[in-house]
Amino acid sequence: MLRQASRLLARGPILAARPRPFSTDLPAAQSADATFTEAWAKVIPNMDPPKTPLSFMQPRPPTPSSIPSKLTVNFVLPYASELATKEVDMVIVPATTGQMGVLPGHVATIAELKPGVLSVHEGNEVTKYFVSSGFVFIHANSFADIIAVEAVPLDQLDANLVQKGLADFTSKLSSATTDLEKAEAQIGIDVHSALNSALTG
Amino acid sequence: MAMAALRREGRRFAPLISPRPITAVRSSPIAPTHEDEGPIGVRYISTQVVRNRMKSVKNIQKITKAMKMVAASKLRAVQTKAENSRGLWQPFTALLGDLPSVDVKKSVVVTISSDKGLCGGINSTSVKISKGIHKLNSGPEKETKYVILGEKAKAQLIRDSKKDIELIITELQKNPLNYTQVSVLADEILKNVEFDALRIVFNKFHSVVSFVPTVSTVLSPEIVEREAESGGKLGDLDNYEVEGGETKGEILQNLAEFQFSCVMFNAVLENACSEQGARMSAMDSSSRNAGDMLDRLTLTYNRTRQASITTELIEIISGASALEG
Repeated sequence: MLRQASRLLARGPILAARPRPFSTDLPAAQSADATFTEAWAKVIPNMDPPKTPLSFMQPRPPTPSSIPSKLTVNFVLPYASELATKEVDMVIVPATTGQMGVLPGHVATIAELKPGVLSVHEGNEVTKYFVSSGFVFIHANSFADIIAVEAVPLDQLDANLVQKGLADFTSKLSSATTDLEKAEAQIGIDVHSALNSALTG
Repeated sequence: MAMAALRREGRRFAPLISPRPITAVRSSPIAPTHEDEGPIGVRYISTQVVRNRMKSVKNIQKITKAMKMVAASKLRAVQTKAENSRGLWQPFTALLGDLPSVDVKKSVVVTISSDKGLCGGINSTSVKISKGIHKLNSGPEKETKYVILGEKAKAQLIRDSKKDIELIITELQKNPLNYTQVSVLADEILKNVEFDALRIVFNKFHSVVSFVPTVSTVLSPEIVEREAESGGKLGDLDNYEVEGGETKGEILQNLAEFQFSCVMFNAVLENACSEQGARMSAMDSSSRNAGDMLDRLTLTYNRTRQASITTELIEIISGASALEG
C-alpha cells in the first residue's frame, strides 16, 4: 500500500506537468501581471490597475526540441509591419559586423544593424530591402524579429540622388568644424555609400 | 401667491387655463428676474427669453455635431498609423519581457495626455494612474519623477506634484506625428532625466468607445543586466549572443534607447487615437443632450405662447361680458 501511495504521489506532479511541458510563456505572463496587480490593489484599492503590454501580445512558442524547417520572420517599421510571422527559408541581414545569414536553428542573437541590404529568401524568390538601421533579434525558437527605422525596396532608390547625396556629405565632412557636424556628415557618407553599393552590387 | 391666484382663475375658467403652464415655468431653470407680469398677478416667462435660449442651444448643438465630425475624420487618419505601429513594440517585449513590478530606485513616469480639452475623461484617468504608480513606487530610497507630455496632464499634476516634475512637453500634435519627431523627443528625455525604469502611461485605443489605460515599462541597461543575472524572466537574456560593438553593454544601451523611442511612438499614436475617439463620444452625447434640452424648451415656449394667447382672450371676453352685463 505504501508502494502504491508513493507511485500515486510520483504520478501526480508528472500528470500535472505533462499537458503543459513547455509552459514557460503562459504562467510567466500571468505572474508578472499578478505581482503588479497585487501591489497595485494594496496601494490603490479603488482603481483598476492599468494593463501592461504583455496582455496585448500573443505569447511566443517555446523552443522546440528539433530544428524547424522554416524561419519565422517579423519585419517591422514604425509605419508598417512589412512581414508579420512570415515563414521563410533564410534572411540575410546587414549587421554591424557584416552581412549575416540567418537560417532556422540559428543561435539566439541580438545584433545591431548598419545601413545595408536586407534580403529575404523564400523558395526561389528573393526580396531585397535597403534598411537604414535597427536591430535584429534571433530567438532560440527560430523566430527572427527585425526592427528597422526605414526600409525601402531597392527598385525605389534613385541612383542620381544617391550620387548627389554622397557628394554633398563628403563636402560637408571636409567643411565640418564641430564634432557633432563631423559625426553627422560621417553618418550621411556611410548611408549613401551603402546605398551606392546596394544599387551597384 | 401666483399659485393661489391661478387656483382662483382655474376655478372660474377651468376649461381655458390649466395649471400646467405655471408648473412648466416653475420647473424651467430661467431666473425669476425675467418674468413678465400678466393680468391679475399671473406670472410667466417671457417668450423672448425662451426663444433666445432655444437659439443658443441650437447653436451649441450644431457646434458639437461639427466637432464630432472633425474628430471622426481625424480619428480615421491617426487610426491607420497607430495600427501599423503596433508591431513595433512587440519584438522588444518578446525579447526583454515586461516587468512592471520591477524594484528600482529611480523610476520616471512619462504621462501622455492631450493638449486640447473636451475629450471626456481620458486625461484624468492617465493622471490618476500616474499618481497611483508614483505611490506604488515611493518608499525609502526610492523616488519617482514625472515627465509630462501635453497640457492637460500638466495642469493637473502641477498642482500637487510640482517638485516631482522633471520635464514638460506640450504642443506635440502641432505637426502630424512621425517617428523622427518622437525619436528626438525620446532623445531629449533620455539625455535630461536619470532613470532606472521608465513607465509610460497612456490610453490604448481598442475601439471608438473603449480606451484602456496602459503602462509600458522600459528598463535601463544596468537594470536589464541585473535582472538577467538574477534569473527569473530575463534569465534567458544571457543565452543571447551579442554581435558587433565593443561591449555587450554598449549594445544593450542602444537597445534600451531604441526600445524607448519605439514604445513612445506607439504610445503617442495610441493616445492620439483615444483622444479623438473620446472627443467623438463626448461631443456626440453633448449634441444629444442639446437636442433633448431643445425639445423641452420648445414645449415650454409653446405652452408660454398659448398661455399668453389664452390670457388675451380672457381679457377680451371678460371686458366684453363686463360691458354687456
